[in-house]
Amino acid sequence: MTEFILTMAGIGKSFPGVRALADVSLSVRHGEIHAICGENGAGKSTLMKVLSGVYPHGSYDGEITFDGQRCEFGGIRDSERRGIVIIHQELALCPQLSVAENIFLGNEQASGGLIDWNRTNQRAGELLDRVGLRESAVTPVGELGVGKQQLVEIAKALSKKVRLLILDEPTAALGADDSAHLLDLLRGLRADGVTSVIVSHKLNEIMAIADSITVLRDGRTIETLDVAADTVTEDRIIAGMVGRDLEHRFPPHEPKIGAEALRIEDWTVHSPTRPDHAVVDRANLVLRRGEIVGLAGLMGAGRTELAMSVFGRSYGRDISGRLVKDGRPIEVRSVREAIANGIAYVTEDRKRYGLNLIEDVKRNISAVGLSRLARRGWVNENEEFQIAGRFRASMNIKVPTVNTLTGTLSGGNQQKVVLSKWIFTDPDVLILDEPTRGIDVGAKYEIYSIINRLADEGKAVLVISSELPELLGLCDRIYTLAAGRITGEVSREQATQERLMRHMTRNQEQNP
Amino acid sequence: MSGTASPATEQISGTLPRPREPRRFSFNPRQSGIYVAFALIVVLFSVLTGGTMLQPENISNIIVQNSYVLILAIGMILIIIAGHIDLSAGSVVAVTGAVSAVLMVNLDIPWLPALLITLVVGGLIGAWQGYWVAYFGIPAFIVTLAGMLVFRALTLTVLGNQGIGPFPDPIRTLSNGFTDGYLGNIGLGPLGGADLVSLLVGVLVVAGIAVSQWRARRGRLQYLQAVDPLPVFLLKTGGAGVVVLAVVVQLARFKNIPWVLVLLAALVLFYSALTTRAVFGRRIYAIGGNLQAATLSGVKVKSVVFWIFVNMGVLSALAGVIFAGRLNQAGPTAGTSFELDAIAAAFIGGAAVQGGVGKVVGAITGGLIMAVINNGMSLIGAPSEQVMLVKGLVLLAAVAYDIWTKRRGAAAR
Repeated sequence: MTEFILTMAGIGKSFPGVRALADVSLSVRHGEIHAICGENGAGKSTLMKVLSGVYPHGSYDGEITFDGQRCEFGGIRDSERRGIVIIHQELALCPQLSVAENIFLGNEQASGGLIDWNRTNQRAGELLDRVGLRESAVTPVGELGVGKQQLVEIAKALSKKVRLLILDEPTAALGADDSAHLLDLLRGLRADGVTSVIVSHKLNEIMAIADSITVLRDGRTIETLDVAADTVTEDRIIAGMVGRDLEHRFPPHEPKIGAEALRIEDWTVHSPTRPDHAVVDRANLVLRRGEIVGLAGLMGAGRTELAMSVFGRSYGRDISGRLVKDGRPIEVRSVREAIANGIAYVTEDRKRYGLNLIEDVKRNISAVGLSRLARRGWVNENEEFQIAGRFRASMNIKVPTVNTLTGTLSGGNQQKVVLSKWIFTDPDVLILDEPTRGIDVGAKYEIYSIINRLADEGKAVLVISSELPELLGLCDRIYTLAAGRITGEVSREQATQERLMRHMTRNQEQNP
Repeated sequence: MSGTASPATEQISGTLPRPREPRRFSFNPRQSGIYVAFALIVVLFSVLTGGTMLQPENISNIIVQNSYVLILAIGMILIIIAGHIDLSAGSVVAVTGAVSAVLMVNLDIPWLPALLITLVVGGLIGAWQGYWVAYFGIPAFIVTLAGMLVFRALTLTVLGNQGIGPFPDPIRTLSNGFTDGYLGNIGLGPLGGADLVSLLVGVLVVAGIAVSQWRARRGRLQYLQAVDPLPVFLLKTGGAGVVVLAVVVQLARFKNIPWVLVLLAALVLFYSALTTRAVFGRRIYAIGGNLQAATLSGVKVKSVVFWIFVNMGVLSALAGVIFAGRLNQAGPTAGTSFELDAIAAAFIGGAAVQGGVGKVVGAITGGLIMAVINNGMSLIGAPSEQVMLVKGLVLLAAVAYDIWTKRRGAAAR
């Protein structure tokens, strides 16, 4: 037996149009806590899905060896049988079922086809003791807070005789106390011989708990640091995460910055599920005409929530703050009012929120500005075809005809359709949420050119992106957001990846 | 029309893609399968019934006997495209039929105001259900299941256990009657005498189809859109003309054109245009295709859903009056299971269970497929349980075919 419980060698994984993992190697020693760091989109989650069998053997390249044996998982059940359990960022619990029922879901404590409730609840109680959760096993999970639900997930993993526990951003939604408890629990499990892989953005936590740290970037392993042997600092990790030189090509752009277009003042948004939790906390932003402004933040920082709440209160509750458009205060209570005030929002998830995939290109382009093509409620379809053809040419949408269904297009072309849809409404302010997510390099360049063109036409553009080089290459000014607060505003000249990352990883405690 | 459109065309023609080579005849099995199936079923039953199927009287019967389900199918397809369902249509048919009977028979209100009041009542019923679905957020399945019980109960309350009739003549004419032979008959050689007015109407309709198709084609060409090659266009338009003319000739040989056919034709034309060309219709597809995307595109989702239920209520009331007029009395069991026929028509006609897909003409064709199966099987003397069995299997097969072609299409990508 080697010192490693898990080795993943040369892992590659492609999606249509995107190479998510190019060449990842990961070696995890017996009984250690191994942290995986990387920017959003570096390939961490994809890697964990390959490991746990969500992406079955054959759909990726490379080799996985667990406990000295080659693994060819066909699904999650295969990996769980070997003792590999993954706890996703979005918890997979049934809120109406009790703690005990959730723990033994799919693994019911039954004899002769009938569930033995005494055994179920008793064993659940033992597991809850082990994870330090003082709740009755019959409590519905929905009545517990996120931190406690996290512990239920871990109890569930322990019930499966876990040997390798994978946690994806386990503390992202937790407060300081819950986070500390969770880290203590992981140390306890390490003492019991359970190996953990933890994917996290919070570098201070990683420093506190990890034995080894593997840094991923652009779908490749950059380095693996041994915390005991190497001198590991947060700066060293950040350098590894962002270390790519700006070899990405960005179209040259000379900004012509004009008057203030939109001012967001004291913007506070509360979570619809946790009304006491401010997802966005007293944020202030200014967008000017002709300027491309970036919004940087790690996952869970509240970027999309900020954008969607501004866009006609499409997210959140108890929203407070002011919007000032062209010097005049405006009320934006619905998407229609946002559109009427010249605000456009291009979503980060175009398939779910941006496109009607079973409809063709021209009808998607006309979806928002349809009334411009209509007289007395009747659409001029020839006009619609012509407009769509014009966008197809000017945005270089690669389709046989504008009658092609959008569901069949590549990510880059889908994104051009969504952009066309919003440009057709002739907005003054465009909020672009992850405009190049899931798009190949060539199409990214085209999207950047389009964004530059929009700014040159005098529109104010806010770009939300997880890719720091993208923000550095594209934006004239960058705000950073951490835990719902604006933690920095950096001009193009001053901006470096390290500087932004430091602002973005500021925890609340460090930022009173 | 060239005067207004051409400057715009010239202005941007530089950036437009070159007109594509007109495509060879292309066959989309998912969209065209339903029409082919309909033709095959008609041929099958024509052979099985030794030609009785296509006799003048029988064609007339198929139209008159199924008009109310076809009217319901038009309203139903809009609701299904939006991703909802209406289980209450049959009960609404019954209660509105009862309302119209009370107004016209018991209260002696003239037929036209009484008809309009009934349609308003139908609209209010639709508004009631639309409110719960759109604004309160209860799934349409539940709201209309409740409506199915509630409106049947109201029917029984209004009618007690007996029917109300007879209806005034104009209503009976609308449901059961035929256009008059204003110009007398004309000899058609071996086919015998036929009504001249009906034939003229038929010729006008065919001419109308030809002209509108030709103008649409011209418009598309002007905007450099791909169109069918000329022979295929002529074949399609000519084929449609021949079918329409053949049906009209047969009707003219019997008792002329049924008034419900005139009504139905007007409804199909209007709602086809509404779904394909109106902003409101486009919103329905947007909602059914991707609710979140529609919401984030500023579509007033609640309002649209509310109004399609109001629309369904009005069409149900229309069907209710026609059904009552046809039987010449409003009965407590009227409209039982009509909603299921209308839903089946929509799905056989190519609507998708998830919403976002469907056509008015498809739903009408789906309804006609079931009508022909009903009619043909009863002509050859099949018992009603066999008819039910076949209709059930046809529904299953139609949706299975739809899912199969969709899956194959996805795999081919």
